[in-house]
Amino acid sequence: MRNTMKRTVLAAALLAPLAATAALPAYAPVTDARLNKPEAQNWLMYRANYAGWGYSPLKQVSDKNVDKLQLAWAFSTGMTEGHQAPPIVNNGYMFVATPNNQVICLEAKSGREIWRYKKTIPDELQQLHPTNRGVALYGDRVYIATTDAFLVALDAKTGKEVWKTAVADWKSGYYMTLAPLAAKGKIMIGSSGGEYGIRGFVAAFDADSGKEAWRTYTIAGPGEPGGDSWPGDTYKRGGGSVWITGTYDPDTNLAFWGVGNAGPWMADTRSGDNLYANSVLALDVDTGKLKGYHQYHHNDSWDWDEVSAPLLIDLEHKGKKVKSLVHAGRNGYLWMLERTDSKVNYVNAWPYVTQNVFTQLDPKTGRPTYDPARIPATGKTVNFCPSLWGGKDWPPEAYNPHTGLLYIPAQNNLCSELTGEPVKYNKGELYLGVSIENVLTNVRMTPESKVHIGEVQAWDLKTGKKVWTHTYPEMNWGPLMTTAGNLVFGGGTNDRKFRAFNASTGKLLWEFPTNSGVTGVPSSFEVDGEQYIAVQSGWGVDAERMQGAFNAVLDKKTTVPQGGVIWVFKLPRK
Amino acid sequence: MEQDNPKKSVTPDHGSGCCQSRREAMKAALAVTALFGGTVRSAHANEAADLPPQPGDRLVRMDDEGAPQPLKATDIPLASKPVRALPFAADDALLRDGSRLGRVILMRFDPAALDAETRARSADGVLAYSAVCTHQGCEVSEWDANGGAMFCFCHFSKFDPLKAGTVTAGPAGRALPWLPLKSENGELVVAGSFSSAPGVRKG
Repeated sequence: MRNTMKRTVLAAALLAPLAATAALPAYAPVTDARLNKPEAQNWLMYRANYAGWGYSPLKQVSDKNVDKLQLAWAFSTGMTEGHQAPPIVNNGYMFVATPNNQVICLEAKSGREIWRYKKTIPDELQQLHPTNRGVALYGDRVYIATTDAFLVALDAKTGKEVWKTAVADWKSGYYMTLAPLAAKGKIMIGSSGGEYGIRGFVAAFDADSGKEAWRTYTIAGPGEPGGDSWPGDTYKRGGGSVWITGTYDPDTNLAFWGVGNAGPWMADTRSGDNLYANSVLALDVDTGKLKGYHQYHHNDSWDWDEVSAPLLIDLEHKGKKVKSLVHAGRNGYLWMLERTDSKVNYVNAWPYVTQNVFTQLDPKTGRPTYDPARIPATGKTVNFCPSLWGGKDWPPEAYNPHTGLLYIPAQNNLCSELTGEPVKYNKGELYLGVSIENVLTNVRMTPESKVHIGEVQAWDLKTGKKVWTHTYPEMNWGPLMTTAGNLVFGGGTNDRKFRAFNASTGKLLWEFPTNSGVTGVPSSFEVDGEQYIAVQSGWGVDAERMQGAFNAVLDKKTTVPQGGVIWVFKLPRK
Repeated sequence: MEQDNPKKSVTPDHGSGCCQSRREAMKAALAVTALFGGTVRSAHANEAADLPPQPGDRLVRMDDEGAPQPLKATDIPLASKPVRALPFAADDALLRDGSRLGRVILMRFDPAALDAETRARSADGVLAYSAVCTHQGCEVSEWDANGGAMFCFCHFSKFDPLKAGTVTAGPAGRALPWLPLKSENGELVVAGSFSSAPGVRKG
């Protein structure tokens, strides 16, 4: 009896790994057709669809049962710092990018590691933002953009490098943290470095060979349209970084990319509109040609990167049908634009957080007029709201087609004070125009921010009215996901929690204390008939920097523990 | 336009682990040049400029323009924001600015406040450390007067200058390497090599 049992246990132990392997189907190549219409059970790209919604059509987990959500598995990434990438899932295979240019491939159902890739980076590289916001899947490959400015193609089945292409010179301050955008045989990326005097760009590479197909600068040069909006050679160091994945409209073949702050920070060093910093660009995916744009604010002096790509939402706004582009701006305004097959038109915009810089918007063009007392300048100390992290920084909004609501992870009631100072360009060094001491202590609390700062907001885009708000005492750095189960998921607070809200009412339905702060993009997928909710927890980079700034001005000091863990939840089996 | 022209290459291989052997090669090249008594500023100037601080090097302000001026202890303000400096081979008029990993920060304290071990590697109260954070390679450029710590603005790792650069807060996993100094005719002179490899230790 005992022997039989032993043998059975032994046999089961031997068979178990085989069974787990056998459970995974052959890897399904990711085609344009699949990316255009992603299956409900998968999360194939950064925001799950090209429109940038962060929406899962799965509804097994719903507002009725989410309070029973429990841990399916967890997995340590072995990294500290900001874990921001969504667990991306293709038919049971999960791909997770972490800080330090690592990709882990796991069995989505169990968390079993299949392979792991880590790019070696140069000894001399400084990582201001040691993070990565995810991989792109295309064909049978996985693509990652790295902090030493390489684009790398990996074999999805083995994790082996297929090719790697140097995209830009990391020694000049170029680095990449965004999830690439894959479409029509091209892998598109942009570069960070807006604080290092780079000249930003969006570039496309052949998915097969890694050869560069096109490169479009986000900062217009002499002789180009918009080139006259930069004095002298300031365009060469004008910033305009691109560090969030673009959205894409397959009908017009246009990709929409958000562009970061102009550099250096003080606007008086570069008089003019500084096109196309702080804009959205409509680029033709085949050629990279700039077809249209909208500059959210000109001659930026607040470090308000408008890098978040707009969400593509076809809706009715105040009785008019609009194929819209929706963007919760770092400048504190919620923008509604119209996309066409070329131009981008202004429709409407309104503040969604306390904003004291814009005195009015041109009703036709949306161009703001500034309060001159609120424009930071060299040799001046200026207070402005929202803070330099904006009404919303990079964490993405989400849109739910069932509720018709747009969900924004906002920072309200927060202001900054900056003193501009002269700055000299040195290759590869910070190029700010504000002292580091000032950056570290820039935050100014208002009576309102002492009550609350972080918010999850829900907006009805039809009416332009806010439907509900959930508030947090301190910051919210939590990317949002919404599902057909009438739910909104997000973390972002310094108490380590990951939460679920009723998407219609904002009622808090479930929360779970993780290992660290959750600044990862959540995702959802289904395997063997069960829906999973996945997110990375791992506090770092800008959330940590804001915490440092809070600790510098608040009596209450908070330390958020670091270390990355992938958390995956599901309902108990019936 | 031209300055932004990026390098384009498609490389199928793993590009890693180059640097130790390259350093050795550079050292060898430098030794040969020295043997022949020529100035280092010739064929191997770039490689010599890449080297970490060498014994006998002077230190000059990183943001100085014009001819390099070797720093004296009295040029370093007492217990305040570190002074960023580069090693300078005075005899060869060679500034070692080729590698970020050779950058140094200097702080000055009352020599009476230093323990014997720390005093032994100081010059008139001046202490030298690597300027490159051991966490993610950013610059340790700031001074927290309340906490008595040097710190990195990127991710707030803090290091105690009076305790051999040990980590007192933040995500860094190891101490900031120190560099022994001595004083010659009032000038700060490098007296040895970094206590450990500067920069991020790749796992």
